[in-house]
Amino acid sequence: MKLSGAQIVVQFLKDQGVDYVFGYPGGAVLHIYDALFGQEDIKHVLVRHEQGAVHAADGYARSTGKCGVALVTSGPGATNAVTGIATAYMDSIPMVVITGQVATAYIGSDAFQEVDAVGITRPCVKHNFLVKNLKDLPGTLRKAFHIATTGRPGPVVVDIPKDITDPTIKIDYTYPTDVSMRSYNPVVKGHWGQIKKALELILDAKRPMLYTGGGVVLSNSSAELTEFTRALGYPITQTLMGLGTYPATDKQFVGMLGMHGTYEANMAMHECDVLIAIGARFDDRVTGKLSSFCPAAKIVHIDIDPSSISKNVRVDIPIVGDVREVLREMLQMLKAESRRPDAGALQLWWQQIAEWRGRNCLAFDRKSQLIKPQAVIETLYKVTRGEAFVTSDVGQHQMWAAQYYKFDQPRRWINSGGLGTMGFGLPAAIGVQLANPDATVACVTGEGSIQMCIQELSTAMQYRTPVKIINLNNRYLGMVRQWQEFFYEGRYSMSYVDALPDFVKLAEAYGHVGMRVEKPADLEAAMTEAFALKDRVVFVDIITDQTENVYPMIAAGKGHHEMHLAPERELA
Amino acid sequence: MTRRIISLLLENESGALSRVAGLFSARGYNIESLTVAPTEDASLSRMTIVTRGSAEVLEQIIKQLNKLVDVVKVTDLSEGPHIERELAMVKLRAVGESREEYKRLTDIFRGHIVDVTDTTYTVELTGTGEKIDAFIDAAGEKGILEVVRTGACGISRSERSLTV
Repeated sequence: MKLSGAQIVVQFLKDQGVDYVFGYPGGAVLHIYDALFGQEDIKHVLVRHEQGAVHAADGYARSTGKCGVALVTSGPGATNAVTGIATAYMDSIPMVVITGQVATAYIGSDAFQEVDAVGITRPCVKHNFLVKNLKDLPGTLRKAFHIATTGRPGPVVVDIPKDITDPTIKIDYTYPTDVSMRSYNPVVKGHWGQIKKALELILDAKRPMLYTGGGVVLSNSSAELTEFTRALGYPITQTLMGLGTYPATDKQFVGMLGMHGTYEANMAMHECDVLIAIGARFDDRVTGKLSSFCPAAKIVHIDIDPSSISKNVRVDIPIVGDVREVLREMLQMLKAESRRPDAGALQLWWQQIAEWRGRNCLAFDRKSQLIKPQAVIETLYKVTRGEAFVTSDVGQHQMWAAQYYKFDQPRRWINSGGLGTMGFGLPAAIGVQLANPDATVACVTGEGSIQMCIQELSTAMQYRTPVKIINLNNRYLGMVRQWQEFFYEGRYSMSYVDALPDFVKLAEAYGHVGMRVEKPADLEAAMTEAFALKDRVVFVDIITDQTENVYPMIAAGKGHHEMHLAPERELA
Repeated sequence: MTRRIISLLLENESGALSRVAGLFSARGYNIESLTVAPTEDASLSRMTIVTRGSAEVLEQIIKQLNKLVDVVKVTDLSEGPHIERELAMVKLRAVGESREEYKRLTDIFRGHIVDVTDTTYTVELTGTGEKIDAFIDAAGEKGILEVVRTGACGISRSERSLTV
């Protein structure tokens, strides 16, 4: 089949099984957009800003496990995409971003809309390519998808100069089924001896703790993790990125850990004698002060990325491999093993945990005259029966969503954990909704975050993606305000958001339904009404208590045992 | 903080060098020197990096280098017996008595004078970084007009080889 470069891009995406491309046209990609025209296999979603394209592709990828695809033009198209690419990179999301580039003859001449996209994105991609010859195009695209989706996933940028997609120059095209790279061969299977050693240590534990992260989501090993955890009967905590891979409603789940983790999770981390880290990377928001991290514990760490192992915390038994492969092997070994966990020790350990749980660290004032943000998330959970896909932006609302929405399934909780990108939630929700057309999708956000990508309300209209926006409106950049209250003696520098738009009217201006809720008594009815509007975007603007803080909290640089609970929950 | 000499093979692609250099700057690793050139296989470049860091940092450097898609193989030469060489060219002000003195000094260090004018010598010198430091010290600040060094390159002793 003789095809032009532009036709190759489109045909390749079809052959690769891509159904959605999120993008925005411009000069350098016009040939590609012309090749997209009139075909129906690939559905192109026109966003309103390239950052939104990449976040939408990201939401699509996180909710399905498939590779997200974005298409943007050169120069500002590429630079606008960078925040989205960095977001995907920090959370290891499989994604291919195709950026247009000025024609090869113009590269380096400061041409119109020229930017060194490969150079700019290099620190925030798993890999990137500049296609210099048309004949390299199919193989490069194939490599891009291969690299993005295997090993520790991540975004890959393919920068294509305009002359490469020239419609008048055609070459023979066949889909390159084979891809082999001598320099890229991720380890999948764990080392048998290490797994054996790890299992022995795990069975020796008196105060064990499972600490699991986004790697469990990425490797689709929720079922294996659940079986393993139940077989052992050990307590399990999860990172912000790992939520949902073990049912949050199960009694063995002790809540999220880290800076805003539960009292029981963080105390159990501090006191455990064997820590089993699975697909987690010991991020600073999780570990707190490194010198007082799990002081009594021997640590097992399963991760596909060798550079994650012993990066921040020295581990005793590292296992490099795909989490699912390793867990399957470990489960088999456990079944063949006659030894079982120490029931007596475990009973004492669970007693201790029950005592910590008794502090009831997530309790909040339910009689308040003001709407408590925690109550909003609880109501959301109730109204959606815990089955919604929940995307979020970044800040207090993100933490409350993570704490109070009990995710029982993986890929339902979609947030920017690593980079912490405000503006992520709405475009991500659009991507999630397109990938899961019959699902309930909620975007939990705040009046600060939502305005960072508010233009995507227009995209949501064009593609009829009926996401529900739950706006926790406290007229403050809440997390900034919280830190200023705690650490800057209440000097609320630039954290008060004045001159806010009327979000109800704004939603209506975009053609959506807008609702405002101001009283606790109206919350559930309003939310029920919003979710009953199955085919509409509903913007629910909820006026919440301005002074509410996220608790528990470990201040930056403190240890797990140095948590602050809400003032009324601190022991006298 | 120990000194390490890391040798790697990487795809001879445009941008490969900046991936390695970028990794070091982005993660705050030290580079004392970095040399790179193609090998007998035109598709591969060989790079030698001299760095300093704690054992933990060095372990991370090796892992992070291995993670780069363009990097084919990485080895820490300092783990075993190896040979290390650096080339330097030193331009000296050579007038009066110092003309004879620098000639002698060059012989002692087994260097070669590769360019001569009425007032200058240019000395070519090969050896370990230490030897070149010693020559520069001995030549003295006043006499030196210009120094250019390649940075170290290294190879392991015996059968052990860094190949694909």
